[in-house]
Amino acid sequence: MSDTKGLTRQQMCDRLAMEFGDGWIVNLGIGIPTLCSNYDFGDKPVIFHSENGVVGYGPLAAAGKEDMHLVNAGGQHVTMNPGSAIVHHADAFGMIRSGRIDVTVLGAYEVAENGDFANWKMAGQKGGGIGGAMDLAACAKHVFVAMEQVTRSGRPRLVERCAIPVTARGVVDLVITNYGLFEITPEGMALKEIAPGVTVDEVKATTGCNLIVPREVPPVRLRG
Amino acid sequence: MPKSKIFPSFDAAVADIPDNVTVGFGGFAVVGMPVNLYGALAKQGAKGLTCVSNGTRGGATLPDDAPDMGWLIKNDQVKKVICAFTAPTRASQKLIFSEYYESGRIDAELVPQGTLAERMRAAGAGIPAFYTPAAVGTELAEGRETRVFNGREYLLEAALPLDYAFIRAYQADAFGNLRFRRAQRNFNPLMAMAAKVTIVEVEEDILPLGAIDPDDVHLSGIFVHRLVKVPPAPEGWWPMRASEIAARAAAQGAAR
Repeated sequence: MSDTKGLTRQQMCDRLAMEFGDGWIVNLGIGIPTLCSNYDFGDKPVIFHSENGVVGYGPLAAAGKEDMHLVNAGGQHVTMNPGSAIVHHADAFGMIRSGRIDVTVLGAYEVAENGDFANWKMAGQKGGGIGGAMDLAACAKHVFVAMEQVTRSGRPRLVERCAIPVTARGVVDLVITNYGLFEITPEGMALKEIAPGVTVDEVKATTGCNLIVPREVPPVRLRG
Repeated sequence: MPKSKIFPSFDAAVADIPDNVTVGFGGFAVVGMPVNLYGALAKQGAKGLTCVSNGTRGGATLPDDAPDMGWLIKNDQVKKVICAFTAPTRASQKLIFSEYYESGRIDAELVPQGTLAERMRAAGAGIPAFYTPAAVGTELAEGRETRVFNGREYLLEAALPLDYAFIRAYQADAFGNLRFRRAQRNFNPLMAMAAKVTIVEVEEDILPLGAIDPDDVHLSGIFVHRLVKVPPAPEGWWPMRASEIAARAAAQGAAR
Protein backbone atom coordinates (compact mmCIF):
# COMPACT_ATOMS: atom_id res chain seq x y z
CA MET A 1 0.00 0.00 0.00
CA SER A 2 1.43 3.37 -0.89
CA ASP A 3 1.84 6.14 1.67
CA THR A 4 -1.26 8.35 1.55
CA LYS A 5 0.07 11.07 3.84
CA GLY A 6 -0.04 14.65 2.58
CA LEU A 7 -1.51 15.75 -0.73
CA THR A 8 -4.05 13.83 -2.78
CA ARG A 9 -3.13 13.12 -6.39
CA GLN A 10 -5.54 15.80 -7.55
CA GLN A 11 -3.97 18.36 -5.18
CA MET A 12 -0.53 17.39 -6.51
CA CYS A 13 -1.64 17.98 -10.09
CA ASP A 14 -3.50 21.18 -9.22
CA ARG A 15 -0.28 22.61 -7.79
CA LEU A 16 1.66 21.87 -10.98
CA ALA A 17 -1.18 23.20 -13.14
CA MET A 18 -0.89 26.56 -11.30
CA GLU A 19 2.57 26.88 -12.85
CA PHE A 20 1.28 26.68 -16.43
CA GLY A 21 1.59 30.03 -18.19
CA ASP A 22 -0.96 31.90 -20.26
CA GLY A 23 -1.46 30.11 -23.59
CA TRP A 24 0.99 27.31 -22.82
CA ILE A 25 0.94 24.15 -24.91
CA VAL A 26 0.79 21.33 -22.36
CA ASN A 27 1.40 17.59 -22.78
CA LEU A 28 0.27 15.29 -19.97
CA GLY A 29 1.71 11.82 -19.47
CA ILE A 30 -0.28 8.67 -18.67
CA GLY A 31 -1.36 8.15 -15.03
CA ILE A 32 -1.28 10.81 -12.30
CA PRO A 33 -0.43 13.71 -14.69
CA THR A 34 -3.73 13.40 -16.59
CA LEU A 35 -5.39 14.93 -13.47
CA CYS A 36 -3.81 18.31 -14.37
CA SER A 37 -6.56 18.76 -16.96
CA ASN A 38 -9.19 18.81 -14.15
CA TYR A 39 -7.71 22.01 -12.72
CA ASP A 40 -9.89 25.10 -13.15
CA PHE A 41 -7.77 27.40 -15.31
CA GLY A 42 -10.36 30.17 -15.19
CA ASP A 43 -9.65 32.75 -17.90
CA LYS A 44 -6.15 31.43 -18.58
CA PRO A 45 -6.08 29.62 -21.91
CA VAL A 46 -4.10 26.36 -21.86
CA ILE A 47 -3.90 24.05 -24.88
CA PHE A 48 -3.56 20.31 -24.35
CA HIS A 49 -1.42 18.49 -26.90
CA SER A 50 -1.50 14.72 -27.23
CA GLU A 51 1.18 12.61 -28.96
CA ASN A 52 -1.39 10.88 -31.12
CA GLY A 53 -2.07 14.15 -32.89
CA VAL A 54 -4.96 15.72 -30.98
CA VAL A 55 -4.14 19.38 -30.37
CA GLY A 56 -6.61 21.25 -28.16
CA TYR A 57 -8.56 18.44 -26.56
CA GLY A 58 -11.15 19.16 -23.87
CA PRO A 59 -12.68 17.31 -20.92
CA LEU A 60 -13.37 13.56 -20.90
CA ALA A 61 -16.46 12.53 -22.86
CA ALA A 62 -19.54 11.53 -20.84
CA ALA A 63 -20.28 7.78 -20.68
CA GLY A 64 -22.25 6.74 -23.74
CA LYS A 65 -21.24 9.93 -25.61
CA GLU A 66 -17.71 8.82 -26.48
CA ASP A 67 -16.52 9.43 -30.03
CA MET A 68 -14.92 6.09 -30.88
CA HIS A 69 -12.39 7.85 -33.13
CA LEU A 70 -11.18 10.25 -30.46
CA VAL A 71 -8.76 9.42 -27.64
CA ASN A 72 -5.86 11.20 -25.95
CA ALA A 73 -2.41 9.66 -25.49
CA GLY A 74 -3.68 7.78 -22.43
CA GLY A 75 -6.40 6.14 -24.52
CA GLN A 76 -9.11 8.13 -22.70
CA HIS A 77 -12.11 9.28 -24.72
CA VAL A 78 -11.85 13.06 -24.70
CA THR A 79 -13.77 15.87 -26.39
CA MET A 80 -12.39 18.59 -28.66
CA ASN A 81 -12.49 22.27 -27.79
CA PRO A 82 -13.33 24.88 -30.44
CA GLY A 83 -10.12 25.69 -32.33
CA SER A 84 -8.62 22.23 -31.94
CA ALA A 85 -6.85 20.35 -34.73
CA ILE A 86 -5.80 16.86 -35.77
CA VAL A 87 -2.35 16.00 -37.09
CA HIS A 88 -0.56 12.70 -37.68
CA HIS A 89 2.09 11.25 -35.38
CA ALA A 90 5.10 12.71 -37.21
CA ASP A 91 3.65 16.22 -36.97
CA ALA A 92 2.63 15.71 -33.34
CA PHE A 93 6.25 14.76 -32.55
CA GLY A 94 7.56 17.50 -34.83
CA MET A 95 5.81 19.91 -32.47
CA ILE A 96 7.58 18.21 -29.57
CA ARG A 97 11.07 17.97 -31.09
CA SER A 98 11.06 21.53 -32.41
CA GLY A 99 10.35 22.93 -28.96
CA ARG A 100 6.70 23.94 -29.34
CA ILE A 101 5.61 22.19 -26.15
CA ASP A 102 5.89 24.54 -23.16
CA VAL A 103 5.59 21.86 -20.53
CA THR A 104 5.22 18.12 -20.22
CA VAL A 105 4.04 16.58 -16.96
CA LEU A 106 5.23 13.00 -16.54
CA GLY A 107 5.07 10.29 -13.94
CA ALA A 108 8.36 8.78 -12.72
CA TYR A 109 9.91 6.00 -10.65
CA GLU A 110 12.89 8.15 -9.64
CA VAL A 111 14.10 11.74 -10.00
CA ALA A 112 17.74 12.60 -9.26
CA GLU A 113 19.04 15.84 -7.77
CA ASN A 114 20.75 16.66 -11.10
CA GLY A 115 17.45 16.54 -13.04
CA ASP A 116 17.85 13.01 -14.45
CA PHE A 117 14.71 10.92 -14.18
CA ALA A 118 13.55 7.38 -14.88
CA ASN A 119 10.06 6.33 -15.90
CA TRP A 120 10.15 3.68 -18.66
CA LYS A 121 11.53 0.56 -17.09
CA MET A 122 11.72 -0.90 -13.61
CA ALA A 123 14.87 -2.45 -12.18
CA GLY A 124 15.59 -5.79 -13.82
CA GLN A 125 12.63 -5.56 -16.20
CA LYS A 126 13.02 -6.89 -19.73
CA GLY A 127 11.60 -4.40 -22.22
CA GLY A 128 9.59 -1.42 -21.04
CA GLY A 129 7.14 1.29 -21.98
CA ILE A 130 8.75 4.38 -23.46
CA GLY A 131 5.82 5.77 -25.39
CA GLY A 132 6.49 9.43 -26.09
CA ALA A 133 8.33 10.11 -22.82
CA MET A 134 11.89 10.23 -24.23
CA ASP A 135 10.94 12.63 -27.02
CA LEU A 136 8.95 14.82 -24.62
CA ALA A 137 11.57 14.81 -21.87
CA ALA A 138 14.38 15.71 -24.25
CA CYS A 139 12.52 18.50 -26.02
CA ALA A 140 9.76 20.17 -23.95
CA LYS A 141 10.70 23.61 -22.60
CA HIS A 142 9.81 22.49 -19.06
CA VAL A 143 9.62 18.99 -17.59
CA PHE A 144 7.49 18.58 -14.47
CA VAL A 145 7.17 15.28 -12.60
CA ALA A 146 4.24 14.12 -10.46
CA MET A 147 4.89 11.03 -8.32
CA GLU A 148 4.56 9.62 -4.82
CA GLN A 149 7.28 10.57 -2.31
CA VAL A 150 8.31 6.92 -1.73
CA THR A 151 7.91 3.55 -3.44
CA ARG A 152 5.47 0.93 -2.24
CA SER A 153 8.22 -0.58 -0.14
CA GLY A 154 9.00 2.85 1.36
CA ARG A 155 12.18 3.68 -0.59
CA PRO A 156 12.77 7.31 -1.59
CA ARG A 157 12.01 8.26 -5.21
CA LEU A 158 14.00 11.50 -4.90
CA VAL A 159 17.58 10.25 -5.17
CA GLU A 160 21.20 11.30 -5.66
CA ARG A 161 21.57 9.33 -8.89
CA CYS A 162 18.97 7.19 -10.68
CA ALA A 163 19.58 3.48 -10.07
CA ILE A 164 17.33 2.40 -12.95
CA PRO A 165 17.71 3.30 -16.66
CA VAL A 166 16.96 6.99 -17.23
CA THR A 167 14.44 8.54 -19.65
CA ALA A 168 16.50 11.72 -20.08
CA ARG A 169 19.31 13.50 -18.29
CA GLY A 170 19.26 16.86 -16.54
CA VAL A 171 15.81 17.88 -17.75
CA VAL A 172 13.48 17.97 -14.75
CA ASP A 173 12.58 21.44 -13.41
CA LEU A 174 9.88 20.77 -10.84
CA VAL A 175 8.64 17.74 -8.89
CA ILE A 176 5.44 17.41 -6.91
CA THR A 177 4.98 14.52 -4.50
CA ASN A 178 2.38 13.93 -1.81
CA TYR A 179 4.96 15.46 0.61
CA GLY A 180 5.74 18.69 -1.20
CA LEU A 181 6.98 20.71 -4.14
CA PHE A 182 10.64 20.38 -5.11
CA GLU A 183 12.72 22.39 -7.56
CA ILE A 184 15.86 21.15 -9.31
CA THR A 185 18.32 24.03 -9.05
CA PRO A 186 21.97 24.30 -10.18
CA GLU A 187 22.83 23.75 -6.49
CA GLY A 188 20.66 20.63 -6.18
CA MET A 189 17.20 19.60 -5.00
CA ALA A 190 15.33 22.32 -3.13
CA LEU A 191 12.19 21.96 -1.04
CA LYS A 192 9.93 24.86 -2.09
CA GLU A 193 6.62 24.04 -0.39
CA ILE A 194 5.52 21.40 2.07
CA ALA A 195 2.24 19.47 2.23
CA PRO A 196 -0.12 20.10 5.15
CA GLY A 197 0.43 17.58 7.95
CA VAL A 198 3.99 16.73 6.86
CA THR A 199 7.08 17.93 8.73
CA VAL A 200 10.45 18.93 7.25
CA ASP A 201 12.04 16.04 9.15
CA GLU A 202 9.63 13.61 7.49
CA VAL A 203 10.49 15.02 4.07
CA LYS A 204 14.22 14.71 4.78
CA ALA A 205 13.82 11.16 6.10
CA THR A 206 12.07 10.08 2.89
CA THR A 207 14.40 11.88 0.47
CA GLY A 208 17.43 10.01 -0.82
CA CYS A 209 19.57 13.05 -1.65
CA ASN A 210 20.75 16.23 -0.03
CA LEU A 211 17.85 18.66 0.27
CA ILE A 212 18.15 22.44 0.25
CA VAL A 213 15.62 23.60 2.86
CA PRO A 214 14.92 27.29 3.46
CA ARG A 215 14.49 28.53 7.02
CA GLU A 216 10.74 28.90 6.47
CA VAL A 217 9.04 26.40 4.15
CA PRO A 218 5.63 27.67 2.99
CA PRO A 219 2.73 25.21 2.73
CA VAL A 220 1.82 23.86 -0.71
CA ARG A 221 -0.55 26.31 -2.36
CA LEU A 222 -3.88 24.59 -2.92
CA ARG A 223 -5.47 27.43 -4.87
CA GLY A 224 -4.05 29.53 -7.69
CA MET B 1 -7.58 0.55 -67.17
CA PRO B 2 -5.28 -0.36 -64.27
CA LYS B 3 -6.17 -3.17 -61.92
CA SER B 4 -8.75 -2.29 -59.28
CA LYS B 5 -7.46 -1.64 -55.76
CA ILE B 6 -10.75 -2.84 -54.27
CA PHE B 7 -10.56 -6.35 -52.78
CA PRO B 8 -13.62 -8.43 -51.92
CA SER B 9 -12.38 -9.65 -48.53
CA PHE B 10 -9.61 -9.32 -45.94
CA ASP B 11 -8.55 -12.88 -46.75
CA ALA B 12 -8.11 -12.00 -50.44
CA ALA B 13 -6.18 -8.83 -49.56
CA VAL B 14 -3.56 -10.70 -47.48
CA ALA B 15 -3.46 -14.00 -49.43
CA ASP B 16 -0.06 -13.45 -51.08
CA ILE B 17 1.91 -12.19 -48.07
CA PRO B 18 5.11 -14.25 -47.87
CA ASP B 19 7.11 -15.35 -44.81
CA ASN B 20 9.87 -13.14 -43.35
CA VAL B 21 8.47 -9.73 -44.26
CA THR B 22 8.20 -6.55 -42.19
CA VAL B 23 4.64 -5.42 -41.57
CA GLY B 24 3.52 -2.15 -39.97
CA PHE B 25 0.23 -2.21 -38.06
CA GLY B 26 -1.26 1.25 -37.66
CA GLY B 27 -3.51 2.60 -34.98
CA PHE B 28 -3.19 4.05 -31.51
CA ALA B 29 -5.27 2.55 -28.68
CA VAL B 30 -7.63 0.79 -31.16
CA VAL B 31 -8.39 4.05 -33.06
CA GLY B 32 -7.25 3.39 -36.63
CA MET B 33 -6.08 -0.12 -35.68
CA PRO B 34 -6.48 -2.71 -38.48
CA VAL B 35 -8.33 -5.23 -36.33
CA ASN B 36 -9.81 -7.18 -39.26
CA LEU B 37 -6.47 -7.41 -41.07
CA TYR B 38 -4.83 -8.82 -37.93
CA GLY B 39 -7.48 -11.55 -37.97
CA ALA B 40 -6.97 -12.26 -41.68
CA LEU B 41 -3.17 -12.49 -41.34
CA ALA B 42 -3.49 -14.85 -38.38
CA LYS B 43 -5.66 -17.09 -40.57
CA GLN B 44 -3.31 -16.77 -43.56
CA GLY B 45 -0.35 -17.90 -41.45
CA ALA B 46 2.72 -16.10 -42.88
CA LYS B 47 5.66 -16.72 -40.52
CA GLY B 48 8.93 -15.04 -39.50
CA LEU B 49 7.24 -11.65 -39.42
CA THR B 50 8.77 -8.45 -38.07
CA CYS B 51 5.83 -6.46 -36.72
CA VAL B 52 5.99 -2.69 -36.26
CA SER B 53 3.38 -1.00 -34.09
CA ASN B 54 3.00 1.40 -31.17
CA GLY B 55 2.41 -1.56 -28.85
CA THR B 56 1.42 -5.20 -29.05
CA ARG B 57 -2.14 -4.70 -27.80
CA GLY B 58 -4.82 -2.07 -28.43
CA GLY B 59 -6.80 -0.23 -25.80
CA ALA B 60 -9.92 -1.03 -23.83
CA THR B 61 -12.41 -0.57 -26.68
CA LEU B 62 -12.14 -4.11 -28.01
CA PRO B 63 -13.22 -7.32 -26.30
CA ASP B 64 -10.48 -9.76 -25.27
CA ASP B 65 -11.33 -12.15 -28.11
CA ALA B 66 -10.81 -9.51 -30.85
CA PRO B 67 -7.81 -10.00 -33.14
CA ASP B 68 -4.57 -8.12 -32.38
CA MET B 69 -0.85 -8.76 -32.56
CA GLY B 70 -1.29 -11.32 -29.78
CA TRP B 71 -3.01 -13.63 -32.30
CA LEU B 72 0.03 -13.58 -34.58
CA ILE B 73 2.37 -14.12 -31.63
CA LYS B 74 0.33 -17.08 -30.31
CA ASN B 75 0.47 -18.61 -33.80
CA ASP B 76 4.29 -18.39 -33.74
CA GLN B 77 4.15 -16.07 -36.77
CA VAL B 78 6.23 -13.30 -35.23
CA LYS B 79 10.05 -13.21 -35.12
CA LYS B 80 10.45 -9.67 -33.82
CA VAL B 81 8.44 -6.62 -32.79
CA ILE B 82 9.48 -2.97 -33.10
CA CYS B 83 7.37 -0.92 -30.66
CA ALA B 84 7.26 2.10 -28.33
CA PHE B 85 5.70 -0.06 -25.63
CA THR B 86 6.64 -3.68 -24.96
CA ALA B 87 5.59 -3.71 -21.29
CA PRO B 88 1.91 -3.41 -20.35
CA THR B 89 0.72 0.17 -19.79
CA ARG B 90 -1.28 -0.93 -16.71
CA ALA B 91 -0.07 -3.26 -13.97
CA SER B 92 -3.28 -5.31 -14.34
CA GLN B 93 -2.74 -5.85 -18.07
CA LYS B 94 -1.36 -9.21 -19.26
CA LEU B 95 0.26 -9.38 -22.70
CA ILE B 96 0.69 -12.52 -24.77
CA PHE B 97 3.84 -10.82 -26.04
CA SER B 98 5.42 -10.69 -22.54
CA GLU B 99 5.20 -14.45 -22.13
CA TYR B 100 6.99 -15.05 -25.45
CA TYR B 101 9.53 -12.27 -24.90
CA GLU B 102 10.50 -13.35 -21.40
CA SER B 103 11.05 -16.94 -22.55
CA GLY B 104 13.21 -15.73 -25.47
CA ARG B 105 10.89 -16.96 -28.22
CA ILE B 106 10.53 -13.48 -29.73
CA ASP B 107 12.86 -10.50 -30.20
CA ALA B 108 11.97 -6.88 -29.56
CA GLU B 109 13.32 -3.44 -30.41
CA LEU B 110 12.01 -0.70 -28.15
CA VAL B 111 11.90 2.72 -29.83
CA PRO B 112 10.74 6.13 -28.54
CA GLN B 113 7.35 6.85 -30.09
CA GLY B 114 8.40 10.01 -31.94
CA THR B 115 11.48 8.25 -33.30
CA LEU B 116 9.32 5.34 -34.44
CA ALA B 117 7.00 7.70 -36.33
CA GLU B 118 9.88 9.68 -37.83
CA ARG B 119 11.78 6.55 -38.92
CA MET B 120 8.76 5.57 -41.02
CA ARG B 121 8.18 9.12 -42.22
CA ALA B 122 11.84 9.18 -43.34
CA ALA B 123 11.47 5.87 -45.19
CA GLY B 124 8.43 7.25 -46.98
CA ALA B 125 10.22 10.48 -47.81
CA GLY B 126 13.37 8.88 -49.24
CA ILE B 127 15.58 9.91 -46.30
CA PRO B 128 17.91 7.10 -45.13
CA ALA B 129 18.59 8.40 -41.61
CA PHE B 130 18.27 11.42 -39.35
CA TYR B 131 19.45 12.79 -36.00
CA THR B 132 17.12 13.24 -33.02
CA PRO B 133 17.65 14.43 -29.44
CA ALA B 134 15.32 11.73 -28.06
CA ALA B 135 17.04 8.94 -26.10
CA VAL B 136 20.42 10.72 -25.91
CA GLY B 137 22.13 9.74 -22.66
CA THR B 138 19.91 6.69 -22.16
CA GLU B 139 20.50 2.94 -22.35
CA LEU B 140 19.03 3.01 -25.88
CA ALA B 141 21.88 5.20 -27.14
CA GLU B 142 24.72 3.02 -25.75
CA GLY B 143 27.33 2.24 -28.39
CA ARG B 144 25.52 4.18 -31.09
CA GLU B 145 26.54 7.12 -33.25
CA THR B 146 25.79 10.58 -31.91
CA ARG B 147 26.76 13.97 -33.27
CA VAL B 148 26.76 17.49 -31.90
CA PHE B 149 24.91 20.19 -33.83
CA ASN B 150 24.83 23.75 -32.46
CA GLY B 151 26.18 22.54 -29.14
CA ARG B 152 23.57 19.82 -28.60
CA GLU B 153 24.00 16.06 -28.88
CA TYR B 154 21.77 14.06 -31.23
CA LEU B 155 21.37 10.34 -31.90
CA LEU B 156 21.51 8.85 -35.40
CA GLU B 157 18.38 6.90 -36.31
CA ALA B 158 17.87 4.88 -39.52
CA ALA B 159 14.73 5.00 -41.66
CA LEU B 160 12.35 2.08 -41.12
CA PRO B 161 11.02 0.82 -44.46
CA LEU B 162 8.14 -1.65 -44.41
CA ASP B 163 7.19 -4.38 -46.85
CA TYR B 164 3.52 -4.04 -45.93
CA ALA B 165 1.43 -1.51 -44.02
CA PHE B 166 -1.91 -2.58 -42.56
CA ILE B 167 -4.02 0.44 -41.65
CA ARG B 168 -7.61 1.53 -41.08
CA ALA B 169 -9.25 4.65 -42.54
CA TYR B 170 -12.62 6.37 -42.49
CA GLN B 171 -13.14 7.00 -46.21
CA ALA B 172 -11.42 5.97 -49.43
CA ASP B 173 -12.05 6.53 -53.10
CA ALA B 174 -11.32 3.91 -55.75
CA PHE B 175 -7.77 5.26 -56.29
CA GLY B 176 -7.06 4.84 -52.58
CA ASN B 177 -7.11 8.51 -51.62
CA LEU B 178 -7.84 8.37 -47.89
CA ARG B 179 -9.50 10.41 -45.20
CA PHE B 180 -9.13 9.61 -41.53
CA ARG B 181 -11.48 10.73 -38.79
CA ARG B 182 -10.30 12.41 -35.56
CA ALA B 183 -7.41 10.60 -33.86
CA GLN B 184 -7.52 7.82 -36.45
CA ARG B 185 -4.71 9.40 -38.46
CA ASN B 186 -1.91 8.72 -35.93
CA PHE B 187 0.76 6.39 -37.46
CA ASN B 188 -1.38 5.38 -40.44
CA PRO B 189 -0.26 7.79 -43.22
CA LEU B 190 3.38 7.35 -42.14
CA MET B 191 3.22 3.55 -42.30
CA ALA B 192 1.56 3.73 -45.72
CA MET B 193 4.33 6.00 -47.01
CA ALA B 194 7.02 3.67 -45.62
CA ALA B 195 5.53 0.52 -47.18
CA LYS B 196 5.88 -1.14 -50.56
CA VAL B 197 2.29 -2.39 -50.27
CA THR B 198 -0.41 -0.68 -48.18
CA ILE B 199 -3.62 -2.52 -47.33
CA VAL B 200 -6.45 -0.47 -45.88
CA GLU B 201 -9.60 -1.52 -44.04
CA VAL B 202 -12.13 1.20 -44.83
CA GLU B 203 -15.06 2.08 -42.58
CA GLU B 204 -17.39 3.69 -45.11
CA ASP B 205 -18.42 2.43 -48.56
CA ILE B 206 -15.60 2.93 -51.03
CA LEU B 207 -16.33 6.10 -52.96
CA PRO B 208 -16.14 6.80 -56.70
CA LEU B 209 -13.32 9.04 -57.99
CA GLY B 210 -14.14 12.68 -57.38
CA ALA B 211 -16.27 12.04 -54.31
CA ILE B 212 -13.50 13.25 -51.99
CA ASP B 213 -12.51 16.85 -52.66
CA PRO B 214 -8.76 16.93 -53.48
CA ASP B 215 -8.24 19.46 -50.67
CA ASP B 216 -9.69 16.97 -48.18
CA VAL B 217 -7.42 14.02 -49.00
CA HIS B 218 -5.19 13.17 -45.99
CA LEU B 219 -3.14 10.52 -47.79
CA SER B 220 -2.69 10.26 -51.55
CA GLY B 221 -3.70 6.98 -53.22
CA ILE B 222 -0.13 6.83 -54.56
CA PHE B 223 0.73 5.24 -51.20
CA VAL B 224 -2.27 2.88 -51.16
CA HIS B 225 -2.62 -0.46 -52.96
CA ARG B 226 -5.47 -2.52 -51.57
CA LEU B 227 -8.82 -1.51 -50.07
CA VAL B 228 -11.35 -3.63 -48.21
CA LYS B 229 -14.64 -2.30 -46.84
CA VAL B 230 -15.20 -3.32 -43.18
CA PRO B 231 -18.52 -5.23 -43.08
CA PRO B 232 -21.00 -4.41 -40.31
CA ALA B 233 -20.56 -6.24 -36.97
CA PRO B 234 -20.42 -9.07 -36.16
CA GLU B 235 -18.80 -10.03 -39.50
CA GLY B 236 -16.43 -7.06 -39.25
CA TRP B 237 -14.70 -5.75 -36.11
CA TRP B 238 -15.56 -2.25 -34.91
CA PRO B 239 -14.43 -0.53 -31.69
CA MET B 240 -16.94 -0.99 -28.87
CA ARG B 241 -17.93 0.92 -25.76
CA ALA B 242 -17.49 -0.78 -22.40
CA SER B 243 -21.28 -1.30 -22.19
CA GLU B 244 -21.31 -2.98 -25.64
CA ILE B 245 -18.40 -5.25 -24.68
CA ALA B 246 -20.24 -6.25 -21.48
CA ALA B 247 -23.52 -6.91 -23.36
CA ARG B 248 -21.67 -9.04 -25.92
CA ALA B 249 -19.93 -11.07 -23.21
CA ALA B 250 -23.27 -11.63 -21.45
CA ALA B 251 -24.89 -12.81 -24.72
CA GLN B 252 -21.97 -15.19 -25.37
CA GLY B 253 -22.30 -16.53 -21.81
CA ALA B 254 -26.04 -17.14 -22.33
CA ALA B 255 -25.38 -18.92 -25.65
CA ARG B 256 -22.94 -21.37 -24.03
